[in-house]
Amino acid sequence: MNDVLNALLMIMLVLNLFTLGSSRLVTMIRIVAVQGILLGFLPLLFHERLTIPVAVATLSAIVLKGSVIPAIMLRALRDAQIKREVEPLIGFLPSIILGAVGTGVALLFFGQLESGHQHGGSFIIPTSVATIFVGFVLLTTRFKAISQVLGYLILENGIFVFSLLLIEAIPLVVEMGMLLDLFVGVFVISIITNHINRAFSSLDTRKLVSLKE
Amino acid sequence: MLFTLVLFPLLIAAVALVVPWNRWRPYLLPLLGTGHLVLTVLILALPGWNVNYDWVVLDGLGKLIILCVSVLFFFCSIYAVGYLHYWKDKANRIFVACFSGLLGLLSLVIMSHHLGLLWVAIEGSTLVSAPLIYFNHNKLSIEATWKYLLVGSVGIALALLGTFFLAYSALAGGMPATLSFDELLKGAPGLSKTWLRAAFILLLVGYGTKMGLAPMHSWKPDAYGESPGVVGALFAGGITSAAFLALIRIYQICQAAGETAFASLLLLILGALSMAVAGIFLIGQKDLKRMLAYSSVEHMGILAVGLGIGRMAFFGTLLHVVNNTLTKGVLFLSTGNIQRAFDSKSTDVVRGAFRRLPISGALLLAGFFAITGSPPFAPFVSEFSILKGALDSGLFLVAGLFLILLLLVFVGMGNTVLKAVQGRAPQGVGDTAYRDGFYAAAPALGLMALVLLLGIVIPDPLRQLVDGAVQALEGQP
Repeated sequence: MNDVLNALLMIMLVLNLFTLGSSRLVTMIRIVAVQGILLGFLPLLFHERLTIPVAVATLSAIVLKGSVIPAIMLRALRDAQIKREVEPLIGFLPSIILGAVGTGVALLFFGQLESGHQHGGSFIIPTSVATIFVGFVLLTTRFKAISQVLGYLILENGIFVFSLLLIEAIPLVVEMGMLLDLFVGVFVISIITNHINRAFSSLDTRKLVSLKE
Repeated sequence: MLFTLVLFPLLIAAVALVVPWNRWRPYLLPLLGTGHLVLTVLILALPGWNVNYDWVVLDGLGKLIILCVSVLFFFCSIYAVGYLHYWKDKANRIFVACFSGLLGLLSLVIMSHHLGLLWVAIEGSTLVSAPLIYFNHNKLSIEATWKYLLVGSVGIALALLGTFFLAYSALAGGMPATLSFDELLKGAPGLSKTWLRAAFILLLVGYGTKMGLAPMHSWKPDAYGESPGVVGALFAGGITSAAFLALIRIYQICQAAGETAFASLLLLILGALSMAVAGIFLIGQKDLKRMLAYSSVEHMGILAVGLGIGRMAFFGTLLHVVNNTLTKGVLFLSTGNIQRAFDSKSTDVVRGAFRRLPISGALLLAGFFAITGSPPFAPFVSEFSILKGALDSGLFLVAGLFLILLLLVFVGMGNTVLKAVQGRAPQGVGDTAYRDGFYAAAPALGLMALVLLLGIVIPDPLRQLVDGAVQALEGQP
């Protein structure tokens, strides 16, 4: 099981780097969607039997992350009529390198930490840390509101990877609550981005600087 | 019966979404405020009504905080009627629904004894409060809402990671992973120390963002500044108190695990930093609402310092949660009135509030004296008690710094408030027809009366509640 799991986690890490290198926002949204679908399937590896609650949780996670949230984001993108992230704080290639270095460091440090426990030998913790790092890079170096939301989603994905270690500790009610919060969060944020676009004729968050001391 | 405290507000929120009459919809809020307060008092008074569930428990700490939030909401709900009638041309469907929903989610936060559920409720409260900040629908409020959502969401995401770390610390300590607060508390001595410390840091950053501790406070002046005063009151008194309770829960686990020293040090550092940052930004502050936001940062700092001091200051700290909530209510509600009467919240325009709005002007001044810890108002008692706790614990440096920073805040805030209330109102600019009415003045007066009363004497039932909360915090059943 660990081999399959590790292979899927490696794909996660590669997808992270793709998001860092892509300037087209549509591509970024699609990559994050693929990541979400992949993540949705991962919990199945940890259950011996497919019970109804597990099936419900898996299905809702896949539908939400793979299709509902990307649809909301794509709609926001269409309304704003923008296609690319231009002039990020750190260029696309340097971002990839930064992400790769971060991933390497995470694998090196946290890879050792985990051995000795029951999930020893898997890359769950390093993947989680690396994905959170990539999310932060996107959040802090991109200026389009949509890129920042994507960064937040990747950050959430990284945290979700960590939760794979704790599957038996998270009850269905709480898991559904988390998904609901994520959905409402993206929904509210997309409304606000729409209003930002209407009020400022742009999705550039550098224009939001009126409030300061 | 505990679930009614969550479900009743959510029911009213649903009704608000359905009701088509913009003019009558605001009256749902006093209905909810009264109902919630009555339910809370009944549950506190009749032990038979307080039946606990696995994850939803109203313990000593919860009893104190829920009463606090419920009382504040009651006064805010009356004020909101007047506020929404003043802006009768604006649609208030979303406002009323979110305002009600927020109360339900805060109640859930306060009663959660499952850290996952706690997180879900706190994240939910962030999301429903975003439209409240955006009520005015202008460029500035969009900016404030965006910053609130982004900073808040990232902060809360870190809290989620911290929550998972905490569950993993049980696994790494050789126990089954769990997110149940009571199980974690019971198994605390066996938790893996490394993971527990990492979890505490992340949760402190995460829930500290929600409280508005420096340096995670950046969203706070913007959000408080641009949202309606009544929303600011509920933020500064309600959401922050609930977030502080979430932090107390984590502190309790650290305490049971024998990591009090580690947790206390971090709390003292962040608390003192918050007080210092607030003091610096209060000096020369022209914007009344941003001033209140920094005052809120300061008081979150005081709470963190109080918790960090430990046992000796627990009573003062928990009493200060009550006093801060009530006093912030007075300040935000009266400032809201002043802003509407002058059509501005900057002291460049707002002068002579005493003359134009005798009640709100006087309340702002009295509220300022109260929040800065002047006798005979309630915060004096709790701040003094925290100071005494620091001295009794031998933390003389903390006590000295605490006093200096309180003085700094007094000077900075006093300068702004006195400018606003004294003198003569400017002619020609910033005059509107708005004057104090029943809905505008009565709730703030009611809160002020409570602040004064609690400063003179702490009634026995309240003392018992605070004592009960202290016992729960110390880990006694």
